[in-house]
Amino acid sequence: MAAESGKIDPMHQFEVTPLGGGFNLGGHEVFFTNSALWMVIAAVVLGLFMWGGMRRQLIPGRWQVAVESFTGFISNMMTANIGTEGRKYTPYVFSLFMFILFCNLLGMLPLGVLGVHPFTVTSHIAITGVLALLSFSIVLVVGFWRHGLHFFSLFVPHGTPLPMIPFIAVIEFISFMIRPFSLGLRLFVAMTAGHVLLKVLSGFVINGFNADNLMIGSVVSVLSFTLMIGISALELLVAGIQAYVFALLTSLYINDAVNLH
Amino acid sequence: MPQIAQLTADNWYLASQLFWLLVVFAGIYVVIGRGMLPKIEATVDARDRKVADDLAAAKAAHAAADNLEESYRQQSEASRAAAQKAVADAKDKAAKDAEKRLAKVDAELGDKLAAAETEVAAARKSAMAEIESVAAEAASDLVAKLSGAKVAAADAKAAVKAVLHG
Repeated sequence: MAAESGKIDPMHQFEVTPLGGGFNLGGHEVFFTNSALWMVIAAVVLGLFMWGGMRRQLIPGRWQVAVESFTGFISNMMTANIGTEGRKYTPYVFSLFMFILFCNLLGMLPLGVLGVHPFTVTSHIAITGVLALLSFSIVLVVGFWRHGLHFFSLFVPHGTPLPMIPFIAVIEFISFMIRPFSLGLRLFVAMTAGHVLLKVLSGFVINGFNADNLMIGSVVSVLSFTLMIGISALELLVAGIQAYVFALLTSLYINDAVNLH
Repeated sequence: MPQIAQLTADNWYLASQLFWLLVVFAGIYVVIGRGMLPKIEATVDARDRKVADDLAAAKAAHAAADNLEESYRQQSEASRAAAQKAVADAKDKAAKDAEKRLAKVDAELGDKLAAAETEVAAARKSAMAEIESVAAEAASDLVAKLSGAKVAAADAKAAVKAVLHG
């Protein structure tokens, strides 16, 4: 939030800045950045959350129920979408879901009040794109490993009339190849848009109170602040939904690879 | 948009992002996905199995209790029927016994009555005869006293008989 002389840059929050620890990796300088810091924070918070649910009691406490409801949510999704074989991929999808969810939620924390600027790791296409490519490569590896070249029958849906096969196959192939982009782009865009909107509105709040005409400025500020409360709630929802959508689509794509059509 | 600007502008950006993402995500996958998740799932599975087992046990116990109740009911019904039969038999037997005894007593009483009647008849007969003889004597005495005539005992008797029997 760069509020110098009333000018607010809603994009500044997405800037990755090195915090130190630079070393060379194959000709590229690698720094420990604010993005990496928040990934580590997400991992640590996630680890603490999971650790609290590891008491393994027959009659679970509240925390254990919370953790088990997350694991149960993902493993039910996997068995519902893929079948009993889906449990093999639960660790990956669960890690994915929890990592994205915690990154999304931690980025929403109002720590700016304390002078700390939370960074939303999932608002970077470099991150979401890599995660999407990871899911996509798993689909490819599993598909070719299990079905060999028969995996290409994925592009010909069951019951396609013979003359339609070339067209359908091309369309299916394109829609298949677009998957990693749509998967990564969806999360990146949702996170970026939400944070930009919140930042713009918070800029309105500040500029409103700093305005020459305090009367109109206050009205703008109060209205913007009210709107921000609602949009913050919406963004919390979006944080959960986007993590869910990412995990759900990954499980559906893995299902294609495991069971074909 | 720094997300895209930094991709091309900063040499370190992509490498740092990728490196730390892979390190952190691999850590999460290994420690949480492979280490913690299976344990939690095992706990949940064990609980589900325990609940299912307990439910099955409860169902079996319920069925056993039902069977027990059914057999108990049948048993009690049978014993009730047996008891009722025994009571009916006893009643029947008692009634027959009473009838037999009553008949016997009846016959005895009849005999006694008949004997008493004959005795009474005999007594009346002898009493009658005595009365006749006493009356004849009295009559002959009266006649002797009144007229001084001696009446033969046989005549007196005949006269008295005629009077007594009309």
